[in-house]
Amino acid sequence: MPAGVYWQFEFLNFELVLFRADKLSTLFGYIFHIAALLAFIYSLHERDTLQYTAGMLYIGSALGAVFAGDLLTLFIFWELLAVSSVFLIWARKSRRAYVAGLRYFTFHILSGLLLLAGIVIHSRMVGSFEFTYIGLQQPYTWLIFLAFGIKSAFPFVHNWLTDAYPESTPVGTVFLSAFTTKVAIYALARSFPGTELLVYIGAAMTCFPIFFAVIENDLRRVLAYSLINQLGFMVVGIGIGTALAINGAVAHAFNDVIFKGLLFMAMGAVLHMTGRVNGSELGGLYKTMPKTTALCIVGAASISAFPLFSGFVSKSMVMSAALDSGYDGIWLMLLFASAGVFHHAGIKIPYFAFFAHDAGIRAGEPPGNMLTAMFIAATLCVLVGVFPQALYRLLPYDTVYSPYDTTHVLTQLQLLFFSALAFVWLNLMRLYPPELASVNLDVEWLYRRVLPRLSQRCLNLIWRLDAGLRRSLQRGWQKASERIATLQQSPGILGQDGSTSGTVTWVTVLLAAYLFLSFI
Amino acid sequence: MSGNKHYLFDNPDNIKKILRALYICCAILFGLDFILHRHTEHLWEKAPVFYPLYGFVGCVVLVLVAKWMRKG
Repeated sequence: MPAGVYWQFEFLNFELVLFRADKLSTLFGYIFHIAALLAFIYSLHERDTLQYTAGMLYIGSALGAVFAGDLLTLFIFWELLAVSSVFLIWARKSRRAYVAGLRYFTFHILSGLLLLAGIVIHSRMVGSFEFTYIGLQQPYTWLIFLAFGIKSAFPFVHNWLTDAYPESTPVGTVFLSAFTTKVAIYALARSFPGTELLVYIGAAMTCFPIFFAVIENDLRRVLAYSLINQLGFMVVGIGIGTALAINGAVAHAFNDVIFKGLLFMAMGAVLHMTGRVNGSELGGLYKTMPKTTALCIVGAASISAFPLFSGFVSKSMVMSAALDSGYDGIWLMLLFASAGVFHHAGIKIPYFAFFAHDAGIRAGEPPGNMLTAMFIAATLCVLVGVFPQALYRLLPYDTVYSPYDTTHVLTQLQLLFFSALAFVWLNLMRLYPPELASVNLDVEWLYRRVLPRLSQRCLNLIWRLDAGLRRSLQRGWQKASERIATLQQSPGILGQDGSTSGTVTWVTVLLAAYLFLSFI
Repeated sequence: MSGNKHYLFDNPDNIKKILRALYICCAILFGLDFILHRHTEHLWEKAPVFYPLYGFVGCVVLVLVAKWMRKG
């Protein structure tokens, strides 16, 4: 479909554009179609209608959101993304998946509400629903920024991702990893390019998850942390806002969908075949799953940005842009994050799943459709890595960039090989933390531990106050009743017999008082 | 018998070979830093063996801090 806007109509004096195709939205359209194809091939062995239906709706919502030309259409697909994707989590049909899905849904509804509030104010201020550059110049635009931020897994609002994605089915996680966060990245690239705050938020996103990924036992949760790390690179690129940086950010989003999808597929295959996905329970699977092992290693090499693999040709764009724009400190953080991602996603995932100690599991290769999907993804990782210009031609801005020069290749190889050396050294020195069957909480500790305990204490205090108040009221009432009863007995004032005239006098006085009060 | 089948890394010599290959690659990359000209932009990049050191030290710090976090 040629670039342009389609399906425009008037709604409440506002112009709605249901479909807008330009280089930015078309690139995301391509990658979402590729991701959809991979996910459906991967799920062909499933006989679960719920997952297929939810998956189709989810993909459609993501495509609707990236091709939306106005904010109202974006909002509708934004909400549909949340509603359709939560069923992919609940499809696991476990208690853990159910509660994780509820927490996931709460975050996304909050994001939707913020977006709606922001859109309403924004449209009144600018007189248009157009989905274009918004920026942070006006206070109300923070609502939209935060809405995008929740879906992009900004620090402190990222837990829906690490909490819910690993609880989904093997197929569901492959779907989930591709769409929600990339729609948010697209929205940020569309509405907040060059917002400096994003550089710092993105840098934090690249660094903090890698610490949690190192100690995490659930290998799909390790990948979820790694997903936030990769999103950080994209957010930094959008924040820098130069042509090279934006190109790097969206190129990395493109590559991330494929290599992260491949890694989630590999771990999903392990879960499907062994029923386990914790590092402490796995190991030695290369013996009976050699094809899955090889395909996982391709994904690991891609996410680690090894030369000739896809991650290298896009991550280096963001890092070059950071240096070009004078963000030296940020560049050092990105460099640290690059070494870290190799450590936890490049080495840890394949090592603990397929090598390490032999757990004695002799599971075979996954079904042919799963292998086919992984093979296509791995092929794309290599093709993009070897022929990056094919991807560069699709990028929104025309810039000249070549990742394969001596400096880039040498420095990246030095960084990665010496990171691998550190892994070996730490293992030989027995300093590497062993995989333990544990649950690690990060910021979610606040709302999964502190908040419930705090609210429990508050409720206990309220119950105690309530009980004390009731007791004192009961005592007061009892005393008053006793006093009235005393007064009603013969010596009491109420127990005395009064004359009829006296009673009439008192009634007259009362009525007169009422009459007097009515005039005030 | 499949139970007695020996796989690639059941033999410790193969693991040693892999590690040796890694050490050799690291040594070559270390040496290349002094031979090849690197185009540098950041002041720290100009330091010899900046990238190897940054990668190694960064990962060691990462793991030790992560270990400390788990204890905490």
